[in-house]
Amino acid sequence: MLIFERSSPGRHSRSQLAHSDVALAPLPERFLRKTPPALPEVSELQAVRHYTRLSQKNFSVDTHFYPLGSCTMKYNPRICNTLASLPGFSGRHPAAPASHSQGVLACLYELQEYLKEMTGMAAVTLAPMAGAQGEFTGVAMIRAYHEERGDFGRREILIPDAAHGTNPASAVMCGYKVREIPTAANGDLDVDALAAVVGPETAGIMLTNPSTLGLFERQIVKIAKLIHDAGGLLYYDGANLNALLGKVRPGDMGFDVVHINVHKTFASPHGGGGPGAGPVGVSERLQPFLPVPLASYDGVSYAWEEEDEHPQSIGRLSAFGGNIGVLLRTYIYARILGREGLARVSEYAALNANYLAVRLQEAGFTLAYPKRRASHEFILTMKKEAREHGATAMDFAKRLLDYGYHAPTTYFPMLVPECLLIEPTETESKAELDGFVEAMIKIAGEAKDRIQYLKGAPYDQPVRRLDDVRAARNLDLAWKSDSEVS
Amino acid sequence: MSEIPGDLKYAKTHEWVRREDDGRVTIGITDHAQEELGDLVYVEQPELDRELAAAEDMAVVESVKAASDLYSPVTGRVVEVNEALADTPELINSDPYGEGWILRLQPAADADFDALLDSEGYAAVAAAGDD
Repeated sequence: MLIFERSSPGRHSRSQLAHSDVALAPLPERFLRKTPPALPEVSELQAVRHYTRLSQKNFSVDTHFYPLGSCTMKYNPRICNTLASLPGFSGRHPAAPASHSQGVLACLYELQEYLKEMTGMAAVTLAPMAGAQGEFTGVAMIRAYHEERGDFGRREILIPDAAHGTNPASAVMCGYKVREIPTAANGDLDVDALAAVVGPETAGIMLTNPSTLGLFERQIVKIAKLIHDAGGLLYYDGANLNALLGKVRPGDMGFDVVHINVHKTFASPHGGGGPGAGPVGVSERLQPFLPVPLASYDGVSYAWEEEDEHPQSIGRLSAFGGNIGVLLRTYIYARILGREGLARVSEYAALNANYLAVRLQEAGFTLAYPKRRASHEFILTMKKEAREHGATAMDFAKRLLDYGYHAPTTYFPMLVPECLLIEPTETESKAELDGFVEAMIKIAGEAKDRIQYLKGAPYDQPVRRLDDVRAARNLDLAWKSDSEVS
Repeated sequence: MSEIPGDLKYAKTHEWVRREDDGRVTIGITDHAQEELGDLVYVEQPELDRELAAAEDMAVVESVKAASDLYSPVTGRVVEVNEALADTPELINSDPYGEGWILRLQPAADADFDALLDSEGYAAVAAAGDD
């Protein structure tokens, strides 16, 4: 039931009315609306119950194992949230001058330095307000770099067929044409196909390493040379950085731009449309184009550097210096774990993924790339189960909910038929992983013996199996009052 | 096993091509492709008169599983799109070689039909994808 449907005219809660400690000047008459907005009218208790019940329906990492591949649904330590919410941070006015913001600027400056070191890049900006804006920033800088040299012929960005959909979207946003590069049978990029299309039109290549197949791209040094020799640049999508912390650095692999999804790797909140942050690191040749402002330190005090100091900057991405609350959580997470702790994050992420992959394989499931070691995630293909019993990847995903496990990513990457992309993350115990294997074995048994029952799953959730086709064909996204409907 | 009519030509990327008597070509996606995609919910068509090179992106089909680019099997100009798909994309699922056609092209003079596959050639491509 929507909160609008609980509304009754005139009901309200005076204690929740907005109040301000500054006198507000009345708005000019012509800007005032003539009819009140159609907001739900409920008591405080009704509002509390409504949202508490909604939260109880959440299937979240706080309640369940959540192996959603490529999304890195790890647990975010509460301390990151607690410290980032200190009143000295949360009460700071976003327009406060640098002289009143030394503490927060120190945190941001140090975070820039940590991320530089972690990624092996020459400089880092914290300005992008989300991973997607980070991608936009990175590609915009690639474009600025080529145009600065008067090289206007580079119209193409190369992207592997296994890439996240955001990569081609970002390239197109920046005015590029996308050319898809196939994956070889062993899961690496098809370097011969790449060599055949690289040339004077190549602005750059966007890669995720490890790839979305959960495999480390072994030919990365060769790829980097191929692209650089042709005058292009390499973009690193940080989606899978959780596999590499303290082990391998994108800068050392030859990348020129790196974006980091702090919600995946650094304990900031996940999903819900934000707020997010997408720091971007660059090699020396892209440094002049970084967006502003940048946090700086002259040995005495901290400051914001603006376009005066960076005349070739691609400019501002938002009114302020990025989503500082999110960046503080990132900073705190990095401080708490330190160099050794962050390396351990990736070690356990890889150990958990490989343990789970081997146990599932021993239980009779089919790995998409059985000859390769998994990075921090891996792919099962349910093709055999689909062919023999009609049990699809989606059937397994739905039934897992009843057993108390969030479904892995289904049908992505599209290269692998009937696939489940599984990423346990470093924060799960062996007992939890074993429980997941047991659930998968039980579902495989149901596929054999009770396929019709399996097709009806889930049974124990707030809603049963949804008609996703009807939902997509007949979009119903906004509540309408009776008067609007009629 | 999906249906692969013997009188059509095919692209490796799962489009079928039929040469009409008026010289135009009708293009759609194969039965195998619609089975792999699952229930279609949206089709993005190109604008009329757009010139397409062979293998260029020509349309996008979106199912509950995925959005996929379709590629023009030959060089040509878009002369007609299947308007019915805007409201009933499921025609591609129910009748991929008939009412679920996607668009028609006026092929260029140098359009290369020889590079396309016959039904046997395409059956091999479809079977390889199943392994």
